[in-house]
Amino acid sequence: MSWKTLDRHTPQFDSEAPPLIGAALKQKILNFVPRYETSLAALLPALHMAQETLGYLSDQALVEIARILDIPPSRVLDTASFYTHYWRKPRGRKVVMVCRSISCEVTGGREVLAECKRLLGIDEHETTPDGEYSLVTEECLAGCDHGPCMLVGEKLHKHVRPEQVKDILADPNNDRIDGPRSSLYDGLKTDGKKTETAE
Amino acid sequence: MAEFEPVLLRNVGVENSASLKVYTQRGGYRSAAKALKMNPENVVEEVKRANLRGRGGAGFPAGVKWGFLPKGRKITYLCVNADESEPPTFSNRVLMENDPHQLLEGILIAGYATRTTTAYIYMRVEFHEQFHILQKAVDEAYEAGWLGKNIQGSGYSLDCYIHRGAGAYVCGEETGLIESLEGKRGQPRIKPPFPAVEGLFHKPTVVNNVETLCCVPHIIERGADWFTSVGPPHSTGPKLFCISGPVKRPGCYEAAMDITVRDLVYGEQFGGGMSDGKELKAVMPGGVSMGIITADEIDCKLDFEDPRNYGLLGLGTSAAVVIDTDTDMRDVLYNICRFFGTESCGQCTHCREGTAWAMRIADRLRKGAGRKEDLDVLVDVANNMGMMPGMNICGLSDGAAFPIRMIVEKFRAEFEEHIRNQRPGRVLEVLETLR
Repeated sequence: MSWKTLDRHTPQFDSEAPPLIGAALKQKILNFVPRYETSLAALLPALHMAQETLGYLSDQALVEIARILDIPPSRVLDTASFYTHYWRKPRGRKVVMVCRSISCEVTGGREVLAECKRLLGIDEHETTPDGEYSLVTEECLAGCDHGPCMLVGEKLHKHVRPEQVKDILADPNNDRIDGPRSSLYDGLKTDGKKTETAE
Repeated sequence: MAEFEPVLLRNVGVENSASLKVYTQRGGYRSAAKALKMNPENVVEEVKRANLRGRGGAGFPAGVKWGFLPKGRKITYLCVNADESEPPTFSNRVLMENDPHQLLEGILIAGYATRTTTAYIYMRVEFHEQFHILQKAVDEAYEAGWLGKNIQGSGYSLDCYIHRGAGAYVCGEETGLIESLEGKRGQPRIKPPFPAVEGLFHKPTVVNNVETLCCVPHIIERGADWFTSVGPPHSTGPKLFCISGPVKRPGCYEAAMDITVRDLVYGEQFGGGMSDGKELKAVMPGGVSMGIITADEIDCKLDFEDPRNYGLLGLGTSAAVVIDTDTDMRDVLYNICRFFGTESCGQCTHCREGTAWAMRIADRLRKGAGRKEDLDVLVDVANNMGMMPGMNICGLSDGAAFPIRMIVEKFRAEFEEHIRNQRPGRVLEVLETLR
């Protein structure tokens, strides 16, 4: 969430470009609409699913979502720019979130963050050159009893010691959770290219 | 402090406690069946009589809130506040990952009592594991006929959806939550109209916390008299207490509201004392926005009334973070100022500017560049942000002002010494060597 005044935003994209959101994802977004009284209310889920599919929310993606939900594009930008979990620029395949709130801080969260920065070679809000990891800090992951904690993708890593960070980042399954999983909010897998959605 | 048998956490630690099978085996959905045979007004009356005060922070009686709904309404919404973002609170997380059906049963009973047509669980997006567990529970409940059309043949229908947030602390405020559910920026609304009259999609809406709703099935099952018999008269019922920081047993514990902060930190069945031979310096006993107490003040009772005697804003979420003597108060102050500075939604000038200024001053202090007048300026900024609740659209600004003012006032000598020495915090030095 940001209250900083941003420059006037002029969306820039090629209106002739092929659509980013394919028929299957469009249908998945539309499935959310009957849950609410207005189509605008389905915007948060729509943005989540589009981001999961496309990696981030480009101007073109926002305009397409606006068309699908039949709302003004400015509305979509207004909402997307408020929340911290929507990425308006490309992000890594996995997002590492290190908790920086008070409980994690007094138990050593800052050292974990410093170790993440050192090992990934990037600062906060940056992405590694190979596009694998993005690093951010987060205010309270509600895992205070397990502090210091960090979230990689969907998985919460608990009681992280700085010397464990290396192993956590090296584990290919570090972002997957155990137990049940619902695909309700998932994106639809792309074929590797960011500009197309596989149907 | 009497022996206490857990009620809300009774299924924690049981194998497969999140499944419908285990939940019903252990007596689940019995009170929902009982409630569906009652008159909705009687359910509201029972919850009113139990004096169930909201567990989300403000402590407003849930039954009274339900009573505010206008008569003759056609559509009612129930929003479940699972946007638990207040550091260091995690009791809702524990409830949702271990006992999701208890929450759904609470939603069903509250929904029936308020004649809700649709319930939305607004869940913060950082809860991934919890989302998947709860979604599975919702699916199970639909399949077993505890949600959906004509629930258990009672003629009452309720839809329940999980709506995931996108990372904003302010969406834990009830009108901010409603705005966010409507797909807009999560900026709180001016009240009145209160959500009970005009809330989600301009319809009458009830917003309740997860823990509050989890209490409801137990009130229906055991009766309001049982509920009022637990704890002191003004703070009835079982309550979850979280403790984190350098203690031996950080975690979420259930107790009546007759325990003190000392019990929570040092009690064998709670925190178990300080870890690694550390010494207690201060405790923030109700989440960061309620304020701070020093090691001398830990006989503060954790009920809805006593924290005010120690200058705290209230009980809050009753989640305590322990701060040890190795921790520099300048770092604590900066952490809190930064938290509120980044989470302010930016609508009200006092909050937007005040938190940002406080953050800059706190940053200066921890870097060892503090000025003599800084402490007075900080207190002045905090006073202008909110002496008493009600100066801004929502309570975030008050929640920021209380800890800032209390940390500066209660640890003034420490801050003054650092300003005299002009030495940066130890942590900054450590981090420099790591680079």
